[in-house]
Amino acid sequence: MKQAPEGFGDLENPQYRWGFVTDVDADAFPKGLDEKVVRRISEKKGEPLWLLEWRLSAYRAWTAMKPPTWANVRFAPVDFQDIVYYSAPKPKGARPKSLGEVDPEVLRTYERLGVPLEERAALAGVAVDAVFDSVSVATTFRERLASVGVIFCSFSEAVREHPDLVRRYLGSVVPPHDNFYAALNSAVFSDGSFCYIPKGVRCPMELSTYFRINAAQTGQFERTLLVADEGAFVSYLEGCTAPIRDEHQLHAAVVELVAEGGAEIRYSTVQNWYPGDKEGRGGIYNFVTKRGICRGARAKISWAQVETGSAITWKYPSVILQGEGSIGEFHSVAVTANRQQADTGTKMIHVGRDTKSTIVSKGISAGFGQNTYRGLVKVLPHAAGARNFSRCDSLLLGSRCGAHTFPTLDVQNPSAQVEHEATTSRIGEDQIFYCNQRGLSSEDAVNLIVNGFCREVFRKLPMEFAVEAQKLLGVSLEGSVG
Amino acid sequence: MNPDALLEVKNLRARAGAADILKGIDLIVRPGEVHAIMGPNGSGKSTFAHVLAGRPGVTVTGGEAILSGKDLLAMKPETRAREGLFLALQYPVEIPGLSTLHFLKAAANAVRRHRGEPELDAVDFLALAKERAAIVELDPALLDRSVNEGFSGGEKKRNEIFQMAILDPVLAILDETDSGLDIDALRIVSKGVNALRGNSRGMIVITHYQRLLDYIAPDVVHVIAGGRIVKSGGPDLAKWLEVNGYAWTEKEGAAVAQGQGPEGTRGAAPGAAPPKGEAP
Repeated sequence: MKQAPEGFGDLENPQYRWGFVTDVDADAFPKGLDEKVVRRISEKKGEPLWLLEWRLSAYRAWTAMKPPTWANVRFAPVDFQDIVYYSAPKPKGARPKSLGEVDPEVLRTYERLGVPLEERAALAGVAVDAVFDSVSVATTFRERLASVGVIFCSFSEAVREHPDLVRRYLGSVVPPHDNFYAALNSAVFSDGSFCYIPKGVRCPMELSTYFRINAAQTGQFERTLLVADEGAFVSYLEGCTAPIRDEHQLHAAVVELVAEGGAEIRYSTVQNWYPGDKEGRGGIYNFVTKRGICRGARAKISWAQVETGSAITWKYPSVILQGEGSIGEFHSVAVTANRQQADTGTKMIHVGRDTKSTIVSKGISAGFGQNTYRGLVKVLPHAAGARNFSRCDSLLLGSRCGAHTFPTLDVQNPSAQVEHEATTSRIGEDQIFYCNQRGLSSEDAVNLIVNGFCREVFRKLPMEFAVEAQKLLGVSLEGSVG
Repeated sequence: MNPDALLEVKNLRARAGAADILKGIDLIVRPGEVHAIMGPNGSGKSTFAHVLAGRPGVTVTGGEAILSGKDLLAMKPETRAREGLFLALQYPVEIPGLSTLHFLKAAANAVRRHRGEPELDAVDFLALAKERAAIVELDPALLDRSVNEGFSGGEKKRNEIFQMAILDPVLAILDETDSGLDIDALRIVSKGVNALRGNSRGMIVITHYQRLLDYIAPDVVHVIAGGRIVKSGGPDLAKWLEVNGYAWTEKEGAAVAQGQGPEGTRGAAPGAAPPKGEAP
């Protein structure tokens, strides 16, 4: 009658529905990284000299750096010479001018992923930049956005068409030498999304980037640069998936957000990279640097993330609260099932007076998953009246997983108020049996418990995204109960 | 198969770890009957309840249990619940982050789907919940809190009976519902249970003490010792136990174990004579 000593015994590999491979003709570099590869990427993109130099300086810094080892994750060292640094589906023209010139297989891929790129079929009110391996293949609703002055395009186009804006803001939040993976990204980033909301404009639709890794043995290194000028507002969504493969693949992205005075940026992520199988074979290494700066007074940046995918997640979406009275928020759900590991959290750096930050982190561990919250709340000497509230809750499903919390508070102004709350609860066989005894299946019980646990974060996501996230959570934890 | 039985248990045997806990339980519960099961600590009372509900950790090694003509032991725990078996736990568990109302609505609708009844929407369910909460004088404010989290002992037990009232089972098993209750809470819980007695519903009330049976009058009283029912009788049996305790069961259980046979000590009908032998 009993199958495992603990109700969460038989962990089936969650059904990863996004694990297919698209057969496209790709223009790819051979494996390996040296200065020549950096130059070739820049050349491929027809970049100006300043950007090539920017890349080379990052590359040289990177060669002297070591991968960080302080995170609470364990994996075999990455061989950075065993990775393809550029792979793009071959377009019919040089750069597809319209969707008609994009390889139909690529378009079908996005349809299968539920992100149709035909504007007529697209989700109403959401503009999409579709990044496929190393390049952006299409950006929807560009004209409509341009009519209100919003620039939304691939990073490569932004470099060509808005070089001044790019030059002004690129690396201004995450400097090219910031950390090992940010330096690597700065050297080899191949594309990404660029967005600029002019003064006083409320972006009329949600903007989004959908990242897809398709090619084998290829790393994805993209950059997102999002600037909200004074008094502007934008809500930005990010989604990602990859095929099922036995080997690990590296995704090292950089996201920079700039909110000028009175501007507000909401940045939501549903991260669903392939998590690997139940023995921990394959899956994406998601080593990402995300940071925003509230430059002007009363600016606001909110990060909301639902992390269900990746074999290993290493990311700390942060906010530098420079402007007086500016606000930073971080709402996160991170799930680690099977052999997944996540070390994620945030940094809130209070620089200006009367700055406020809120951190709500919900970690869910199942199977052998290891989930770490790592956070820093730093209040600098001039940040009089700064306030922070942090809440870290951990939910353990079964007895072989782990939850870890490393909050750091560094308060250098005596008028600051900093609060930290944390809870850990375990859902074990007894809770599941209790639900069973009331007529609920084990799966339904886990879904109910987990959704209740995450409600506070889901409320922060745009509605369609929240529904998607809720479903994803169910799928990720499928089979995590005996 | 006994055609008028709601629950028929035949020679049920079960093991937890390496220990045989149930060594052949026979029991028939007919619709409308309330059976009390009493016995010393470690006699197998709770294990019997857990086996019927399908709790993991106990392995059935023989015998059968038929609920409304269906093989109970072949069903998953949730199917047993949907078929109308309800177990009020001795130690109700806390489920952090899941509101009681949300939890119970999902449970009630799972049961209703199974019965082919339409599901209740949030408005109808809230009305039902408020009405049933009144049966056990449960503060409706508790319904918005996480299941049993921060509830007092008495509130947890009342919550169990409240859930029973919502789920409308055909067979309710109350596992030491009286343990840890003060006299006022006991009165409220018993009142709730009595309100839920009915012609079609069967109940098994497991208790160590006669006290509960002053409030919930059983039709039949059984004594479990050493994993078997060693005596059955009417309500008087419980009163007799109150005076005489359970020490005699050690001898009785041993006698049964030595193969004296269960015939003389089992199978009594409601209102049967008080126990032989050591009765006053």
